[in-house]
Amino acid sequence: MAIKVLHHGLSTTVQDLGRPGYFHLGIPVGGAMDRYAMRAANRLVGNDEGAAGLEAVFMGPKLEFLDDALIAVTGADLPVRIDGELRPGWTALKVRAGQTVSFDFLKSGARICIAVSGGIDVPEALGSRSTYVIGALGGYKGRAIAAGDELPVGAGPMASEGKSVAEELRRQPGMPAELRVLPGLYWDRLTEAAKSNFFADQWKVAPEADRMGYRFRGGRKLEFVERKQPFGAGSDPSNIVDSCYPYGSIQVPGGTEPIILHRDAVSGGGYFMLGTVISADMDLIAQLQPHTPTQFVEVTMDQALAARADRQTLLSRLRAALS
Amino acid sequence: MPARFTFGGDEHLFVECSDEMSLEAFFKSLSMAKGVRESAIRGITEICPANASFQIKFDPDLIKPDDLLREVKAIEGAAEKAEPVMTTRIVEIPVFYNDPWTHETLMRFRERHQEPTGTDLDYAARINGYDAVKDFISAHAGSPWFVSMVGFVAGLPFMYQMVERQRQIEVPKYLRPRTDTPRLTVGHGGCFGCIYSVRGAGGYQMFGITPMPIFDPTQSTSYLRDFMVFFRPGDIVKFRPIDRDGYDQAVEDVDKGRFAPPIYEVSFDLRQYQADIDGYNAKLEGALHGH
Repeated sequence: MAIKVLHHGLSTTVQDLGRPGYFHLGIPVGGAMDRYAMRAANRLVGNDEGAAGLEAVFMGPKLEFLDDALIAVTGADLPVRIDGELRPGWTALKVRAGQTVSFDFLKSGARICIAVSGGIDVPEALGSRSTYVIGALGGYKGRAIAAGDELPVGAGPMASEGKSVAEELRRQPGMPAELRVLPGLYWDRLTEAAKSNFFADQWKVAPEADRMGYRFRGGRKLEFVERKQPFGAGSDPSNIVDSCYPYGSIQVPGGTEPIILHRDAVSGGGYFMLGTVISADMDLIAQLQPHTPTQFVEVTMDQALAARADRQTLLSRLRAALS
Repeated sequence: MPARFTFGGDEHLFVECSDEMSLEAFFKSLSMAKGVRESAIRGITEICPANASFQIKFDPDLIKPDDLLREVKAIEGAAEKAEPVMTTRIVEIPVFYNDPWTHETLMRFRERHQEPTGTDLDYAARINGYDAVKDFISAHAGSPWFVSMVGFVAGLPFMYQMVERQRQIEVPKYLRPRTDTPRLTVGHGGCFGCIYSVRGAGGYQMFGITPMPIFDPTQSTSYLRDFMVFFRPGDIVKFRPIDRDGYDQAVEDVDKGRFAPPIYEVSFDLRQYQADIDGYNAKLEGALHGH
């Protein structure tokens, strides 16, 4: 079983649910940016949720299927065509040997997950098939896919076509997007005015937004409480002695443009962080296009845990609906 | 100084042993991280030590954040009493200072630098009080470095030079980070040296390049067959300046699988080190030269 890549789209990589356990060496967890969408896509085609699929950003790839398969495309609204015929997203679709899968222009969201029955069968690296491009690790030869590649597909139970995820079970970030943040880490480095400005201002996703991190612009510059910089930190008030960065943490180099670290995050560095996007909202970041207006919403740990429980409930409903 | 505990969202606990860098803070952080690992607290999924802090990733479905906080706080006292002694290894790493590749890169990003008219080495030498670049290089290669964190990108070591604070090299990071850095660049930012394990973005000043790969996802490099990442926190590094011929020879040796970095096991005692830094370093380096 194999898929021939006719066009790679913008950047299309093999991803699963990631590679935990190596962050202390600077190797990030990686995996699908929108885990919920990847789980749904895999469920639709009868795979384990952790099977490897393709993640494409902004533009879909063009793929020729060398064998029959069942596929599902979830996440962003990027209309899918099979041999030119428009087909629905979030639905199990039959593809016959020799048919071509392509995509229209993006309508909303940013990333799609493409699951194939049997999963993309590249070798595991450190326990995962996810592509970590900077480290040339995992995925298809450690890189994004390119025209001419033949992606191996595993043998899998062939589920039946037509199964679909109901609208209310498709989770999207909203407009403006709202991302819930638990203040912490070096939050107390900010003046009271800067703390309230951060949550009051509307930010916009900057063009520099990728699997490593999402940068935002448009809010007021953050001001720091005055102090003598500690030895080894560096002279700018936004500098700290290089430390670990949590996934979802928001660093603000120079106090000007917040950056949220995502699945392929650098594991540490020398910029202060004001807090962390809660786990329940990490998937939503994956679907933000550049220029999307975004509001950061302050929450407590209790609210973060309640949101986490809500998201798990949604996942349980999805599983029940697709079982 | 008591550690500072703070949560990074609902999945991370962040523990800062000191807001400034020192080997004491590094030892406390490493010792606490070790204590947490040994305590096998349910729900902890990853422990990431850093220079003067560490981070725990946990699953709040398995342990309530406040319960985790209480258990980790209880470990602090024992960690403070732990002997600042470790068995580690010293490794000699060749560096081609002022090489053409980092030079080309630093010229390309000159408008992002504090001092666009000179090089990173000129700038670092001057602000650290050295009259000539060669004296600065002598200081850089003259004393060993402690690997106080591995991370940023795959296998990149952050290194803290083993000298008194007055002699520590300190440089700011680039005004705006570069989008490109040659693989295996030897850099410096704040008080930390580093070796860029892969090509990519970076904000540290660039001083030279080593021919010795420190991350190899294919695990074909002779000394990286067991694991793709070379460094571990606590490793001690001594740089050895080489010229272009030495660099080319080493690259060829790496390619042919016959490059073997000198590595020796040593024990490190922070108190003995502090009592006589230069004498202790000389003893450590002796291990590299067979005595």
